[in-house]
Amino acid sequence: MQVVSGVRDPLVTGGKTVHDVSHDISRHVENPPAKSWYLAMAISLAVFGYGLYCVFMVLWNGIGLWGLNKTVGWAWDITNFVWWVGIGHAGTLISAILLLFRQKWRMSINRAAEAMTIFAVICAATFPLIHMGRLWLGFYWALPLPNTFGSLWVNFNSPLLWDVFAISTYFTVSLVFWYIGLIPDFAVIRDRAQVAGNKVRAAVYNALSFGWEGGAKTWMRYESVALILAGLSTPLVLSVHTIVSFDFATSIIPGWHTTIFPPYFVAGAIFSGFAMVLTLLLITRKVFKLEDYITIYHIELMNIVIIVTGSIVGVAYITELFISWYSGVEYEGYAFFNRVQGPYAWAYWSMMTCNVISPQLFWFKKIRTSLVATFVLSIVVNIGMWFERFVIIVTSLHRDYIPSSWTMFHPTMYDIGEYLFTFGLFFTAFLLFAKFFPVINMAEVKSIVRHNSENVSADKKVTEKQHA
Amino acid sequence: MDANKNFVVGIFDNEDVLLEGVEKVRGNGVKIHEVYSPFPVHGLDEALGYKRSRLPMAAFLFGMTGTGLALTMQIWMLGYDWPMIIGGKNFASLPPFIPVTFELTVLLAALGMVATFMVVSDMKPYKWPRQFDLRSTDDKHVMAIDLALNAGKSIDDIKRILKEAGASEANDKNFE
Repeated sequence: MQVVSGVRDPLVTGGKTVHDVSHDISRHVENPPAKSWYLAMAISLAVFGYGLYCVFMVLWNGIGLWGLNKTVGWAWDITNFVWWVGIGHAGTLISAILLLFRQKWRMSINRAAEAMTIFAVICAATFPLIHMGRLWLGFYWALPLPNTFGSLWVNFNSPLLWDVFAISTYFTVSLVFWYIGLIPDFAVIRDRAQVAGNKVRAAVYNALSFGWEGGAKTWMRYESVALILAGLSTPLVLSVHTIVSFDFATSIIPGWHTTIFPPYFVAGAIFSGFAMVLTLLLITRKVFKLEDYITIYHIELMNIVIIVTGSIVGVAYITELFISWYSGVEYEGYAFFNRVQGPYAWAYWSMMTCNVISPQLFWFKKIRTSLVATFVLSIVVNIGMWFERFVIIVTSLHRDYIPSSWTMFHPTMYDIGEYLFTFGLFFTAFLLFAKFFPVINMAEVKSIVRHNSENVSADKKVTEKQHA
Repeated sequence: MDANKNFVVGIFDNEDVLLEGVEKVRGNGVKIHEVYSPFPVHGLDEALGYKRSRLPMAAFLFGMTGTGLALTMQIWMLGYDWPMIIGGKNFASLPPFIPVTFELTVLLAALGMVATFMVVSDMKPYKWPRQFDLRSTDDKHVMAIDLALNAGKSIDDIKRILKEAGASEANDKNFE
């Protein structure tokens, strides 16, 4: 029997029973979706379709369609890649690190956050794949497979290759972790379908649940698997953005060649990931009426993570500026001087405002418990994080060593279209997930509902007062 | 009487009643086939007398396989099969091989452990599990007792023991 503090806010409100949990979450899978779902799906598919046209044109004609030039050889493609990978950090962080720390508030948000992670990583992966041009040959170029050039192997000294391994491992392990969590919940939907007499749905969800039966022995092994996956995923989450930052940090470009990058990128990734989780969950909770499961308390806790990681990012920005001056390296100093007051100063100051100043508003309890303020700020944070990557990448490149090479970067419709493509892909995938999969981890929420729900806590508060 | 055919099924309403119930049922000398729950109940495995899972060992062995594979692959490919001069560094130097080694360790440990879990728990997409009570995935804990393994006791005895142990229902369940 576990003891729950009466002073802690309940994690599930509305006096829910275990059966209510099954019913509230499963009914979205069982009932036809609302009109708003179809509308959202239509918009996402339209954006996806336009993006697909742009991607097709780029694959057909080559990346000359992008706005890159010989000075700025990397711009929106890698900016978007890093941005999406960063967003993909929150899900596994929530489900793995918060599991190891036994943070129970993860239970009603981890499912949607992990789904978001998986879709974000897919979106991220499209950029390097499309950049390769003939992406169907990508396996030969990126993986150590025997080939007709010798075999000439891939270069294991290259951070770009480490990235291939890091992102694909992260994707695979996150997918497995997410799926393992889904298995018992698919069985819930299967059994409800059996009771309702819907044989097709029962068969489909039985296959998805791998014939789950939920015996004590299976649960024991299941918990062991979940714990070890969490233990394996924790260093993995931290390694992914570390390795992404190596793409820059191991180069010799001023503004990229810094040892601060790995922790700075990881903090930024968690920062933007939590912001995206908030954006999506605030909508999901409203549309699916999940206010009793994703409470203001959950939102407040996520906002606190945003304050912490946003402040780490702010300190990193200031440290970078200080080191560029303190190092006495002329090129390094210029790179940052140019960022702060050069032609891209507008981007730099947008980044500073969105990432460093705006999350500090969450120190006010009124703001961090306000749904509207959280929603607006979560979007502001992700705009800021996009600018962070843009600033790091483009401002470091556009002032080359020879002033005759100095130039600006102008995105074309294909740069924009490919970014829209990933948005369309992301939201289409998330909407499909929200319709066909249980959006909240029922099994985990059920395990806390008797002890952490509003009724129990209220009773305990009363008893504690009587004792006092 | 054949094993795995005729059961008595006890329904428990919550995990606290269940944990006490398991002790009482076993204390009365009744052998429990298995308990099916909608969520993991802490302490249930010990109450039922299950040994700790050895899956962590499987994960470790798969992880070590990944480490070995990654190091062997990289050192052989860049050190012996086709040595390349990259920035004047050693052909097979360890530090740049660490990221890929780490990733493959994690990848093999995770996939290997999950595959082992699926195999030992007999989980397959095309398998229908044997279901004692459909409420076991919703909100009830379902204790199945195999009559063939409790030959000394009558059905009524077992039902009485279940009720005394806190079960809200005690039902018959026969397969085939």
